[in-house]
Amino acid sequence: MMIMSVLVNNSKCVKCAGCVSVCPKDALALKSEIVCDEKKCINCEICITFCPAGALRIKK
Amino acid sequence: MEIKESYDVIIVGAGPAGSSTAKTCAELGLDVVVFDRNNEVGAPKRCGEGISFNALKRLDLDIPQKCIAQAIDGAYAYAPDGKEVKIQFEGTKGYVLERKVFDKWLCYQAAKSGAKIISKTPVTDLILEDGFVKGVVIDVHGQEKKVYSKIVVAADGVESMIMRKAGIRTNKSPTLVDSGYQYEMAGIDMRDPHMIELFFGNKIASRGYVWVFPKGEHEANVGIGISGAHKEKKAKEYLDDFIASHPGLAKGSIIEVNAGSIPVGGLMEDMVGNGIIGVGDAVNQVNAIHGGGIPEAITAGKLAAQSIKLCFDMNNFSKQVLSEYNKQWWELRGKHLKNVEKVRETVENMTDDNLNDLADVLNGEDLSDFAHGKNIMKLVKIAAKYKLKGVARKLGF
Ligand SMILES: Cc1cc2nc3c(=O)[nH]c(=O)nc-3n(C[C@H](O)[C@H](O)[C@H](O)COP(=O)(O)OP(=O)(O)OC[C@H]3O[C@@H](n4cnc5c(N)ncnc54)[C@H](O)[C@@H]3O)c2cc1C
Ligand code: SF4
Ligand code: SF4
Repeated sequence: MMIMSVLVNNSKCVKCAGCVSVCPKDALALKSEIVCDEKKCINCEICITFCPAGALRIKK
Repeated sequence: MEIKESYDVIIVGAGPAGSSTAKTCAELGLDVVVFDRNNEVGAPKRCGEGISFNALKRLDLDIPQKCIAQAIDGAYAYAPDGKEVKIQFEGTKGYVLERKVFDKWLCYQAAKSGAKIISKTPVTDLILEDGFVKGVVIDVHGQEKKVYSKIVVAADGVESMIMRKAGIRTNKSPTLVDSGYQYEMAGIDMRDPHMIELFFGNKIASRGYVWVFPKGEHEANVGIGISGAHKEKKAKEYLDDFIASHPGLAKGSIIEVNAGSIPVGGLMEDMVGNGIIGVGDAVNQVNAIHGGGIPEAITAGKLAAQSIKLCFDMNNFSKQVLSEYNKQWWELRGKHLKNVEKVRETVENMTDDNLNDLADVLNGEDLSDFAHGKNIMKLVKIAAKYKLKGVARKLGF
């Protein structure tokens, strides 16, 4: 089964939480770093497009 | 610091929205606590730090010198072909703030009035009972703790996690939220360190602009906002390219990296629920053109506190009573911000050629008017003249 989740590159992430604000499924949260809930994510890539720093990608 | 089992009001977030709500609630005699997850209130900043004198006057805020980085006289706006419009008159004067100091100063005022502010304490969940928000779950140095209240205020900024947990959607589709990136730069040369500069053009910033907000003779916030749905290129990449092509900036240093999302649409008719009320970025209260949210957050905080007080007076914490806030806010700010949103939608749909044409026919005062949602008829006429498809319709004419 395909994993539905995104991965954050912490050397690029600025912890602005922009991705959290646009995720339609509330799958993301900003803890000490951005975390993605695999049970909620639908791989829509909205967060990836949004991220001003290019810090996100689909987890493969 | 001792955290009680319950308070009258719990505020999530100690940004301008939270501290303003806290101050007014405390002044009205309510027992209020503010939780912020950050170690330091105001940091990291997610802001260009600009505020106009008009806004400060409207807010009746007499800010101390230490909050101010630079006084601003006006702005230069550049069309894609480099044509410039100078915007300089009474209404365009203001400050670039030292936002970290400013946010702390707002908290000082709230604390002085009797509010309790507790940093390094994230709110992780809401307590929901019988269809009412009854409090929050906080993380106190790794330990979960429940804290109860009659009202929870969602002042947690763009993430709006609190509103969402209460089941209230906050219209944050990527077309309604700008993706922003900014450097605080030092050792740069600017045209005039007391003038803001705004650079437009789809090559510079697709459906957005680059800003230079001076913080000193050789220091500035240099940032960009683009549509959150733009796929081809990242905000950071646009900004890096812009800086590389401006030698006065390229020679400088980057002393801080900021990013963030700016709600530029999605004003909400309904910002309350049973036992919960939203203020500031959490409910998209931002000027859709210049992205200014500080004054909106502070104004909304004051209004929210009035409606919260009403709940205590009536001993009724339902959505019905809190709805007074929706009414007050839409009357005082909403209608106006809705106009700004319409202008933005129009400008957003313009090509570089349209923007160049606009720069030909507009003066600084027009531009400032548009940014404040005024004089929209003129924009409609221009739209008609240049046959900008659908523009007039968008503006509601
Ligand atoms: C790049 C950029 C440039 C901008 N430039 C300007 C400008 O020049 N002028 C202007 O007026 N506005 C500007 N804005 C907008 C402005 O920054 C916001 O509108 C303003 O900060 C909103 O205030 P707020 O109190 O609603 O939210 P915020 O200031 O974001 O405060 C929210 C607070 O909540 C806390 N928080 C969040 N979640 C939790 C949680 N779960 N538990 C505890 N605490 C939590 C956060 O730590 C934060 O302190 C800009 C925004 C961006 C992104
Ligand atoms: S939008 Fe990008 S930079 Fe911002 S928190 Fe998310 S991953 Fe990090
Ligand atoms: S891919 Fe879509 S659902 Fe998954 S975290 Fe990103 S925005 Fe949310």
